[in-house]
Amino acid sequence: MNRLLRRYLAPALVFVAVLAVWEFFVRAFGIQGFLLPPPSEVVRTVSAEWPVVWPAGLFTLREALGGLFGGSIAAIAVAFAVSRWSTIRVGVQPLAVAAGSAPIIALAPITNQWFGITNPVSKMAVVAVMVFFPVMINMVRGLTDVGGAKVELMNSLAAPDFATLWKVRLPNSLPYLLSALRVAVALSLIGAVVTEYFGGSRAALGVYISQQAGLTRMAEAWAGIVVATLLGAGLQLLVMGAERVLIPWHPSRRLTPA
Amino acid sequence: MTSVMVSLRGVDKVFPRRKGASTVALEGIDLEIRAGDFVSLLGPSGCGKSTLLRIVGDLLEPTAGTVTVNGKSPSRARHDRDYGMVFQQATLLEWRRVLGNVALPLEVTGMAEPQRSERAREMLKLVELVEFADHYPWQLSGGMQQRVAIARALTLEPSLLLMDEPFGALDEMTRERMQMELMRIWQETQTTVLFVTHSIPEAVFLSTQVVVMTPRPGRVAGIVDIDLPQPRVFETREETKYFDKLVEVREVLRAEEE
Ligand SMILES: Nc1ncnc2c1ncn2[C@@H]1O[C@H](COP(=O)(O)OP(=O)(O)OP(=O)(O)O)[C@@H](O)[C@H]1O
Ligand SMILES: [Mg+2]
Repeated sequence: MNRLLRRYLAPALVFVAVLAVWEFFVRAFGIQGFLLPPPSEVVRTVSAEWPVVWPAGLFTLREALGGLFGGSIAAIAVAFAVSRWSTIRVGVQPLAVAAGSAPIIALAPITNQWFGITNPVSKMAVVAVMVFFPVMINMVRGLTDVGGAKVELMNSLAAPDFATLWKVRLPNSLPYLLSALRVAVALSLIGAVVTEYFGGSRAALGVYISQQAGLTRMAEAWAGIVVATLLGAGLQLLVMGAERVLIPWHPSRRLTPA
Repeated sequence: MTSVMVSLRGVDKVFPRRKGASTVALEGIDLEIRAGDFVSLLGPSGCGKSTLLRIVGDLLEPTAGTVTVNGKSPSRARHDRDYGMVFQQATLLEWRRVLGNVALPLEVTGMAEPQRSERAREMLKLVELVEFADHYPWQLSGGMQQRVAIARALTLEPSLLLMDEPFGALDEMTRERMQMELMRIWQETQTTVLFVTHSIPEAVFLSTQVVVMTPRPGRVAGIVDIDLPQPRVFETREETKYFDKLVEVREVLRAEEE
């Protein structure tokens, strides 16, 4: 009971407190609505604009998920090759680290040109490139940081390479993959929304936010951001659910210390 | 006539080091292990015990000399799954439950369900851990984990059991219990055991033969036959003959130091 309280009640209280402070400051200092609307107004606007912002959010979510899947699957495939052949690893790894620290979002105007500004693929492409590097780097680590003892065990059983891959390397990589996906999920929404700031379909959330902000309709812009946040939180929950199913054995999931 | 399980003739092992220097881990090892015997390799740290065990287990190639296991090359014997290995650390796969860990060798050799689980369960009975079949390794104590590792090593009914300081990480009391357990298993399975240890009392209590080794370079200093009555029981440690054997082994070790 105490644990549940701490786990859910404490964050909820902090959240409410932040909103209260925000509301208080906006009112106490008479901050004008076009600079920063009070949360109460944002909430009102979210419900008023819901028929517009929610479908816009889903449109953008599709782009984010498309890029997330494409980028992750490519990253996992490359990770298998890279972990299998160490010569490729030596060639690829430093490049991946360098490319991973580049501001990939800067590609947005270019992919908009390549694929067409209203084509969701222009957003998916940016997202795919953004998630590719963290997923690939972590997956390689997960497939290779196995520990000599387990590899020796499989050798002592004269296990073929694919058995070692399937029974040892792959399960070993799952926690690495899932922690990369937590990052990738957040990146995917950032990639999709920000690329839409550079132009996109009228049905997209990023376009909605940038248009409303351009018209200084701040409450509406914030409502769009609230939807983006809800989607991000939903995706995080999905990854956490996947962790529960895929790695129930992982130390992070243990209820009592080992 | 007793048959020979392991035979080493003039085995050397040299590890290359940087700048052309090298470590002579083993030099001129001649050793014969009879089927059904329990043979301990005893000696100070760095004298090449693990190296010797790994050569017999085909996890390392000797630099010179010939090795046969069951009348075959170590590689042939490994691919025929003639031996099971137990390492100093239990080396369990943390994503598998206890039963799944014990079943691992059976999966690798392609045994189908339900025979596989049945067989794994039998092995768990042998180490008295059936009730823990559905536990994860981290829910077990160090001694229990090591028993799981022993069960796993025995699932394929190996004619040779290779053990590298399997009780090294355990406390004295658990260690003595594990020794009794191992004696019982050895009696029941009639397998040949090659056992690495630092501990003189452990070597004398368990073995039919103690191979005393000395370091730099690793050589066999002497072989002491331990003709204490079988089965070894708790009272064995209180017999005068047991103390005589401790002294005898200790003297072989000391003679080498001078
Ligand atoms: N893979 C390796 N590469 C280089 N040198 C090695 C390697 N393995 C062992 N050695 C060297 O060979 C010697 C014998 O090592 P080994 O591990 O067989 O000793 P040991 O008797 O098992 O010692 P311990 O009781 O501490 O486990 C040591 O000097 C060690 O440094
Ligand atoms: Mg050793």
